[in-house]
Amino acid sequence: MSDDTKGNDKSTITRRKFLAGLTAGAAALSLPADADAYMLEEYFRQHFKRLDKDDLDDILKKLDEELSFKFGKKVNVKATPPMDNVVYGYALDLSRCVGCRRCVYACVEENNLSRNPQIHWIKVLEFSKQNHKWQGLEHSNRYYDPPKVPEKGRTYVPVQCQQCKKPPCVKVCPVQATWQEPDGIVVVDYNWCIGCRFCMAACPYGARNFNWGKPSVPNENINPDMHYLGNRPQYKGVVGKCTFCIQRSRVGKYTACVEACPVGARKFGNLMDPNSELRYILEHMKVFRLKEELDTNPKFFYFFSLGSPVKS
Amino acid sequence: MIVIDAINDMLGVVKSGSRAYYMWMGLLALLAVIGVLFYFRQIDQGLIATNMRDQVSWGWYIANFTFLVGVAAAAVVLVIPYYIYDYKPIGNMVLIGEVMAISAVSMCLMFILLDMGSPERFWHLIPGLGIFNFPESILTWDVVVLNGYLALNLFIVIYALSKIYMGKSYKTGLIWPFILLSVPAAISIHTVTAFLYLGLPARPFWNAAVLAPRFIASAFCSGPAFMLIIFQILRKRTNIVISDKAIHKVAELITWAMAFNLFFLITEIFKERYSATAHIAPMNYLFYGLQGHDHLVPWIWSAIIFNSIAFLILLMPALRKNFLTMNIACVLIFIGVYIEKGIGLVFPGFTPDTLGEIYDYMPNAMELWISLAVWAIGLMIFTIGAKIAIAIQTGEIGHANPADH
Repeated sequence: MSDDTKGNDKSTITRRKFLAGLTAGAAALSLPADADAYMLEEYFRQHFKRLDKDDLDDILKKLDEELSFKFGKKVNVKATPPMDNVVYGYALDLSRCVGCRRCVYACVEENNLSRNPQIHWIKVLEFSKQNHKWQGLEHSNRYYDPPKVPEKGRTYVPVQCQQCKKPPCVKVCPVQATWQEPDGIVVVDYNWCIGCRFCMAACPYGARNFNWGKPSVPNENINPDMHYLGNRPQYKGVVGKCTFCIQRSRVGKYTACVEACPVGARKFGNLMDPNSELRYILEHMKVFRLKEELDTNPKFFYFFSLGSPVKS
Repeated sequence: MIVIDAINDMLGVVKSGSRAYYMWMGLLALLAVIGVLFYFRQIDQGLIATNMRDQVSWGWYIANFTFLVGVAAAAVVLVIPYYIYDYKPIGNMVLIGEVMAISAVSMCLMFILLDMGSPERFWHLIPGLGIFNFPESILTWDVVVLNGYLALNLFIVIYALSKIYMGKSYKTGLIWPFILLSVPAAISIHTVTAFLYLGLPARPFWNAAVLAPRFIASAFCSGPAFMLIIFQILRKRTNIVISDKAIHKVAELITWAMAFNLFFLITEIFKERYSATAHIAPMNYLFYGLQGHDHLVPWIWSAIIFNSIAFLILLMPALRKNFLTMNIACVLIFIGVYIEKGIGLVFPGFTPDTLGEIYDYMPNAMELWISLAVWAIGLMIFTIGAKIAIAIQTGEIGHANPADH
């Protein structure tokens, strides 16, 4: 795709200038020029990968202004590029997970996910162990609500985007609004998605969430440290997904879910670094991935550091 | 000048009609207006105004879309016998069948637009301006074949009618390749639409190769069944001549198609039941209910019973040639396939969802009203198109013999 983009550079610029001309022309016709021009620019904005540096800087600056004004605090939207020689991976220790769902809510806060309607990028499935046998997925419960976790006889399996190396969601998108970055993160351009939801039908992990209504986050809860392809506020009618907290991971931080986990069940790191904790886990633990038979090749691994999963 | 005459003639045809015609068009217009008003609500609130959610992310709109692709594809059931095998009795039906294909594809495109979360961004799909992810995304294939099929049928119908209007034969060397092309094009729209579903390993209920041939088989039942009823109405209410022989021939074709449809259904059920893997959950949900969630069960069994009864009726020549029983069979097939392709295909594909959650989706009133409006607009397109086509075919209007009216 990147080769493609390069090949198209010339035509892209012409098109951009053409669209910019259109925008300016239309703006000149209407009276309150600034707001309308911005809306038109947004409407005619090109795909993220087709934006050159000047365009992108301009867009980020305008987004900063718009969002700072909207939320009443200084917002900074970045587009931090991937680091060289980094491919992110994730490992989750099922023997430690207690099902507290702190990861779920840390993710909501970090990623400015809509509170009403509620959107969660992490889903924790609760399984009960009957007859010493794991029950199938349709016996799991996402809406468990006991006074205290973990409950006896239950196991918990948190699921989020598995950051597949062969992502079925990317393949099906008719407009390439979602793609895999060089560091392995599958992202969505919220300004390019047309909301057809084919990716949601294609994802085997329920990792994609659609903004069925207008997403809303109270001003006081806004996380102002944003990434264009990550936790900036999404729009009604577009799809969003876990990006391994791209706004954090690309500046060398852990994801919010890793930091929030009270039992240290979540591990995150660079698969290319032979000394990373993640590589240690892959080399020394028995790991598995969800739905391996689909060969989506997730970079999200599950393992058990403590005994067998059947005992409680 | 001929063009202006023709347009005036056609406007005259559209404007004049019986009281029943005005009432029919008035009813359709009313339904369309109601649906448009509901659509404003959907635009305003977003798709949250529907009953769709992340668990079942496609619903009634896509179900209707899928069914109507079948209706559109079915024109080929008339095209093949008439053009390829020169089966003359069907002659007067073919152009009407193609008008129906045009209306059905238009409805398909409307349903797709309705289902989009951000329809105003449709330009992202336009090659050159936006990014058209071809050939990777099978959805882009569907865009190509649906629009191609629409263009092809529009061209054939307009070309043929203008030739007839001029009092000439339209079976010329120019039109021939397009007619030939329309046959594989009809097959392709339904095949590619089936590929949208069957190419998704995340959804075991759809991820079966038999889905594509079964789509074709069911399409060749439902579309022609609809046409047969329409043809009987048309020959009663207009001057068009459609022989019993032609109708019986189409009914015979429907019988074959339904035989294949039921056969494919049996292979599908056998494979899942006998294998009895974890992948059987959606099928159990549909046919028997899962953990007490059984609201699709009466629908699918009704569909299967309707289709089976219709098949038995059509199988017996005496009943097939009896108009009352044949019409009962056609209605049963239309309803049966509509349920099968909508409620029986789209919803259970998502239930249980990929993480095992069961969300009982059924469309809400708004979705039903909006869908009804699309049907109303589609039927308006068909009524107008068929009215003009019949007027030209019967010589009611035409340039060759202006003295006739």
